[in-house]
Amino acid sequence: MNLIINAFVWLANPERWSGPTGIPVALAQHLGFTFLSVLIAAVVAVPVGWAIGHTGRGRELAVAVSGAARAIPSFGLLVLLVLLLGVLQTGLAAVVTFVLLGIPSILAGAYTGFEAVDRRIIDAGRAMGMTEWQILWRIEVPLGLPLLVSGLRAATLQIVATVTIAAYVGLGGLGQYIIQGINLNRFDQVLAGAILVAALALLLDAVFAVLERLVVPRGVRAGRVSSSGPTGRRSHAAAAPASS
Amino acid sequence: MDWVLDNLDLIGELTLIHLRQSILAIVIGFVLSVPLGWVAFRFRLLRSGIITVVGLLYTIPSLALLMILPTIFGYSAISEINLIVALTIYALAIMVRSVSDGLQSVDSGVRQASTAVGFGGARRFWAVEFPLAGPVILAGLRVTAVSTISLATVGILIGVTNLGYLFTNGLQRRIIPEVLAGVVAVVVIALLIDYLLVLTGRALMPWSRQPSRRERRRARRVLAGAEAPA
Amino acid sequence: MFTASKRFAFGAALATSAALVLAACGSSDPLAEDPADGGTAEGGDTIVVGSQAYYSNEIIAEIYAQALEGAGFDVERQFNIGQRDAYMPEIESGNITVFPEYSGNLLQYFDPETEARTADDVYAALEEALPENLAVLDQAEASDQDSYTVTAEFAEENGLTSIGDLAGVSDALTLGGPPELAERPYGPDGLAETYGVEVTFSPTGDTTVESLVAGQVDVANVFTADPRIQTQDLVVLEDPEGLFLASNVVPVVSADVADEIAETIDAVSAALTADALVALNVQSTEDQMSPEDIATQFLSENGLA
Repeated sequence: MNLIINAFVWLANPERWSGPTGIPVALAQHLGFTFLSVLIAAVVAVPVGWAIGHTGRGRELAVAVSGAARAIPSFGLLVLLVLLLGVLQTGLAAVVTFVLLGIPSILAGAYTGFEAVDRRIIDAGRAMGMTEWQILWRIEVPLGLPLLVSGLRAATLQIVATVTIAAYVGLGGLGQYIIQGINLNRFDQVLAGAILVAALALLLDAVFAVLERLVVPRGVRAGRVSSSGPTGRRSHAAAAPASS
Repeated sequence: MDWVLDNLDLIGELTLIHLRQSILAIVIGFVLSVPLGWVAFRFRLLRSGIITVVGLLYTIPSLALLMILPTIFGYSAISEINLIVALTIYALAIMVRSVSDGLQSVDSGVRQASTAVGFGGARRFWAVEFPLAGPVILAGLRVTAVSTISLATVGILIGVTNLGYLFTNGLQRRIIPEVLAGVVAVVVIALLIDYLLVLTGRALMPWSRQPSRRERRRARRVLAGAEAPA
Repeated sequence: MFTASKRFAFGAALATSAALVLAACGSSDPLAEDPADGGTAEGGDTIVVGSQAYYSNEIIAEIYAQALEGAGFDVERQFNIGQRDAYMPEIESGNITVFPEYSGNLLQYFDPETEARTADDVYAALEEALPENLAVLDQAEASDQDSYTVTAEFAEENGLTSIGDLAGVSDALTLGGPPELAERPYGPDGLAETYGVEVTFSPTGDTTVESLVAGQVDVANVFTADPRIQTQDLVVLEDPEGLFLASNVVPVVSADVADEIAETIDAVSAALTADALVALNVQSTEDQMSPEDIATQFLSENGLA
């Protein structure tokens, strides 16, 4: 309890909230890296995931590649890229690392979203004469959105937690308080930094939770009887690869 | 790559250390997650509470958790126990959810049938529910294993030596093969453990295996009457 | 269903994992070697040698460790612990018995207001400032202290020879260094107080020298034994006002073990000249030798094996 009080005392200090190493700047850097990385990861992973979900092919390869990407230690990759690309490209090295971190969850969210669509609905669409593109955009994408958003949610949380490491190579973000605090053995600072990152993560998590509810198509929401349907249960499917 | 060849013994020893730390955390996390996941599944009121607390733990950045735990538990911050406890907590965060989801995925009809046949609570859990929840639990366990092995590298930032040493030392001395060796080593052992888990899953849960293409083709032929069933 | 081949595969997988775990359980700190000849330790206790998470410090620690082993002690290594604030409690509590340190930085840790500046003054003040359970052995000639360094071009462009000259630079200055520099007495605050130089601080950590060379920062906190000062053509700014204390390599030890190991370690310190330290660092970074090999070579070259 004492520690937590000290941490809030540290946070309450007005000096912390101004200047280039102040909390607003760090927060902006942290969010900036997070959103940029999630965006790029989504641009890469969503089309691929949709293609896999729609055609039903390449799933095993996707699962294997995701598994390998998840095995890469972000800290190590960041250091490696900084060494390879040089200090002037530290930002690029960081973004590449975070993008690689986020791709597996978003990819899984994209294709599991499509796989969760009842085949009969797609058959009905074909029977109605829809083209493949129409099936994709009018049936699969809207119905697959909840799981896709849950995949984006998982990716965002992982990236937010990992951006703390960016401070090790001088990129700022909320991690700088933690890393400097560790070097100075100041628990109040470390805890304060942790509280900031955790608060940010919880906030983003809540935003995504709301988003997940909102993207469920109106028609589906109206027809849903119980709240704990397959989509509710599988919101962590994006984080876990299905067993092969 | 000369550096790698000259320092194979260092890489090897660090790998064993890393494996020891990670496997301990994964196993302990898995063992602890079964009762917790069961409670979350069985008592719906507690479920959201447990899942929320566990989810909260996951949002704490690893570096911070590694610094906070010693002050709570009183052991040295630079000790291995610190890292293993932190890794176990993160493993729990993933596994409790998996166990709970897995148990939930078991068809209630099967559960009722087993009760009707005479399976009592504990026997029903271990003989019916848990095995049937296996595939989902295994999926969670695989993710846990891979992330734990990958996450353990941050231990070096607080003074716990494992494969992460190759990153900081390689950065300081500007030896790129050293850092690369570290990354490759972590990926290799993570994928190896992942594969071992898959094999274990196949052996322990033969019913969950998807038939291979050959088997599927054969099944189709049998059904079409072109071939006699085995 | 449990065919023979599947059972075999499962068994093999289980056996492999069991073997791995058992092997891992058997191994300990990878940077620890087995005691050389299994010789009996004088005094019977194990000497624990620690080091910072800094490759140069690790080399010195390894030299201490091998020298002690050569003298018949049981040595355990606990390397790469991190910054002073993280490991000092371990030394004070006795968990670590010997640690290569830097006199000036160590003095400022115990006595931030100290006025001592020269190597001898610092050493004398250090001996006084240390708590009861700690002692320092002889200091080496080698020093590896903080400095404010610029590139040769920047120095030429702005006519810089001493830190004070930075005040004359018209553009805004950025300072690079480890993240904790912001809080150190010789950090940006000390810079402003002592020399009237205003800088914005950019925590560059382990990529400090690269950032300096690439021009991301104008002046950087570089350790004086860093071989890149020569290879990258950097200029160490002079410090007439004594912002930085002299910081020689000095072994800090648990007081009760001090007498036993003094002879061995003092011999090492005597051989550790300024050039020798830079040479050790070069062997690590340019020749990419392992700390063990560097230590063994150093000891045999100096007749201390």
